[in-house]
Amino acid sequence: MTGSELGLALSVFAACAVETVEAVTIVLAVGMTRSWRSAFYGVGAAAVVLAALTAALGPALTALPLGVLRLVVGGLLLIFGLQWLRKAILRASGLKALHDEQAAFEREREAAGGAGAVGGGIDGYSFAVAFKGVLLEGLEVVFIVLTFGANQHRIALAAAAAAAAVVVVTAAAFAVHAPLARVPENAMKFGVGVMLTSFGMFWGAEGAGAHWPGGDAALLAIIPLTLGFALALVAAARRWAGGALHSGGDRSPVHA
Amino acid sequence: MRRVSAAARFVWEFVVGDDWRIAVGVVPALGLTALVAGAGVAAWWIMPLVAAGLLATSVWLAAGPRR
Repeated sequence: MTGSELGLALSVFAACAVETVEAVTIVLAVGMTRSWRSAFYGVGAAAVVLAALTAALGPALTALPLGVLRLVVGGLLLIFGLQWLRKAILRASGLKALHDEQAAFEREREAAGGAGAVGGGIDGYSFAVAFKGVLLEGLEVVFIVLTFGANQHRIALAAAAAAAAVVVVTAAAFAVHAPLARVPENAMKFGVGVMLTSFGMFWGAEGAGAHWPGGDAALLAIIPLTLGFALALVAAARRWAGGALHSGGDRSPVHA
Repeated sequence: MRRVSAAARFVWEFVVGDDWRIAVGVVPALGLTALVAGAGVAAWWIMPLVAAGLLATSVWLAAGPRR
């Protein structure tokens, strides 16, 4: 496995693990409160839609000329990565509330409990909530699998890394029978944001016709430099927010 | 029609996210890179520079004093 393939596998695994933690919280809440069977049907239906999307869009993307693919996908990956990184920086600096899996679980359980009686057949509420939760979290994973995988023509490797993350996180959640509140979600999102941003810059520039000094080896400099810059921004954001507080601004953490 | 606009809003929120300036800044940066590279001049430095500027500006706007 080459260095960029390892980067691909690790990035997809981490991104998928984070999204799976959030999806599992939703499924656990409706399953434990209402109907496991209906929740699993919802998960299955969403998985079919996500697999169909990957199977349909993957070959279409890899059929594009490499330059066009890298330009479009690199640009999208950079936009996506900068948004992940921005959110992770704001959370790490205390400007945005950390995602609280236990609180999300309690909210979902309360909503599921107040959604009327559970019937004998398929419970529409459990099905719909599980389907929507898995589909929405899964779309981000599909996007990352397709963009990362297509650029290196390794969609199968990206899909395998995503599947491994789903298996590991789901097994862990069902083993403890509770939401995985202790997973360091923001640190993982920070890492994924750094990788998406780094690969986005690299591929976007290559797709636009630029040549990196050292070729693929430039990533070995781009990734740590991006990480260092993002960490510096965490410290700077704390200072900027401190200045805002001293000048009378309202900077209470925003809940996601 | 409502479904089309809902789908368009979903795609916008999915790709563009919380700060539209980032998406708006990346596109011309790619164009500038293509122009500079097409002129035979080294252009690899443009994307990191623009990405760093966009990220710092976006975080500063979220963290700085409200205007």
